Amino acid sequence: MLTPYAEFWYRFKKDRLAVAGSIIVISLFMVSFLAPFIAPYDPVAIDARHVLMPPSLTHWFGTDDLGRDVFSRIVFGARISLKVGFFSVGISVLIGILIGALAGYYGSLIDSIIMRFVDTMLCFPTFFLIIALIALFEPSIWIIMIVIGATNWMGVARLVRAEFLSLKQREFVLAARTAGAGDLRIIFSHILPNALAPVLVYATLGIAAAILIESSLSFLGIGVQPPTPSWGNILTVGKDNIEIAWWLSLFPGLAILITVLGYNLLGEGIRDALDPRLR
Amino acid sequence: MTRYLLKRLAAMIPMLIGITVISFLVIHIAPGSPADLLVQMNPKASPEAKARLRAYYGLDKPLYIQYLFWLKQIAVLDFGYSFTPDGRRVTDKIRERLPVTISINVLSLLLILVIALPVGVLSSVYQRSLFDKFSTVFVFLGFAWPSFWLALLLMMLFGVTLGWLPISGLKSYNHDNLSAMAQIIDYGRHLILPILVSAFGGMAGMSRYVRSSMLEVIRQDYIRTARAKGLSELRVMYRHALRNALLPVITLLGLSVPGLIGGSVIFETIFAIPGMGQLFWQSAMSRDYPVIMGMLVIGAILTLIGNILADISYAIADPRIRVA
Repeated sequence: MLTPYAEFWYRFKKDRLAVAGSIIVISLFMVSFLAPFIAPYDPVAIDARHVLMPPSLTHWFGTDDLGRDVFSRIVFGARISLKVGFFSVGISVLIGILIGALAGYYGSLIDSIIMRFVDTMLCFPTFFLIIALIALFEPSIWIIMIVIGATNWMGVARLVRAEFLSLKQREFVLAARTAGAGDLRIIFSHILPNALAPVLVYATLGIAAAILIESSLSFLGIGVQPPTPSWGNILTVGKDNIEIAWWLSLFPGLAILITVLGYNLLGEGIRDALDPRLR
Repeated sequence: MTRYLLKRLAAMIPMLIGITVISFLVIHIAPGSPADLLVQMNPKASPEAKARLRAYYGLDKPLYIQYLFWLKQIAVLDFGYSFTPDGRRVTDKIRERLPVTISINVLSLLLILVIALPVGVLSSVYQRSLFDKFSTVFVFLGFAWPSFWLALLLMMLFGVTLGWLPISGLKSYNHDNLSAMAQIIDYGRHLILPILVSAFGGMAGMSRYVRSSMLEVIRQDYIRTARAKGLSELRVMYRHALRNALLPVITLLGLSVPGLIGGSVIFETIFAIPGMGQLFWQSAMSRDYPVIMGMLVIGAILTLIGNILADISYAIADPRIRVA
């Protein structure tokens, strides 16, 4: 008899796609932390003599309109995507857990009011909300992370609520209450740990979604502001020079694609390993 | 059926009110008041003029009074006037943009269905076949592919390298001189890339969904019964399994409305298409508060309508829903 943890590992290791996803994600972490050692150039150093150079041995991914090395900018851009991914999902998971737990645990009137609110939030085209909020504040990486987090918690809330609705009926909750545990204690140290598995899956997939949103915003010009390199704002330069510099449009997009793919594969792998019936 | 319909419509009312509250708050929690903005545009405005403006827009009143005042206005579909120099009615501005965005979204929904249904069905019927593996790869790429990057690559390939398709706007410069048929073709050529971009992500999601929904249904007892009766595999799949598997797709279509409307910001900005998304983007950039609020409300109401339509179609297709 395996422990649930060992059983999870056993299944996860056999899933080739999940392993590929983990390798991508781990590599991304390493690239972010080792960026200054990997990047051959300063990502913000302007070089007027080497503007819009195609890929070559000296500049692997070419240079942009200000002569900055695109490879170095992409390497440093990994830091932005990592930061945005984790912080904004952290925020949305926190909000989602609090609201979902409240609705699921207390039920009745509180539940119906909260869930109506969630349904209403889901009516808004998320991208409209995000753009409106960012346009009203000054765009900065913190605003972006907070806004992405504040507009993407509804899925987590629904998930946590559903888990709480079924878990609160179980014997161990009754046992805890009989032993004199208060609501807060039951919510956070008895029910919540049992509800976290699906949240983990959702969060991993959410990181991928957050990275996509951030790169779209940076591409549109209201995300991460140049000269700070982000994959999205390198692509903006690519669009401005679409007729002469294909490398500016190709490489940053590949970086986004591989990253998002990595988190998605990892998330799906975790889900399948947690519950093989869903396959 | 009528009772079900009335119940669904009644449930809309609190959500409509919620939509207006959220749209109003989004604008008013931001730093800086709309009056400051109006004054910024005219730096010579005196403090008295500013006070007059504040009074004119009702900004000197408490927040809830302002909200009720606004609600009274929008109840008769009056969203006020735009802050931009043209000062036009918000409803007029939105009305002339709606048809473009809605047509593109409807066409891309159709494209999603035309591609995703066969792909999803075939990969479930031939589970673990080469086709299934191939389409799974397509699905994973589709989920991860940034739509704006796809737009950029398509522009580069079809617009720049091959020069087959226009990459900006809705019609050519000589559009008005063309014959009626040529005008339609001209629109079509401009719309191919935007529709492809807006449908791409949805195709992946939908074919995945159809596949898992089919796999779910194939395991049911009534499929085994159908097979045991000696029906041909084709009849079992298309007559018994597919019909039931497609029911949840209706709901998914309804749920995809906000994503499509939100996504229109991206492809309309990239391809310079004069639709809702572009208007929203321009209004947000110029802090045109009345237009932003109006579009948040209308965008959310469109979603609500999409969900209701999906619910009604589901109830028509599946009698179990009406009774329950």
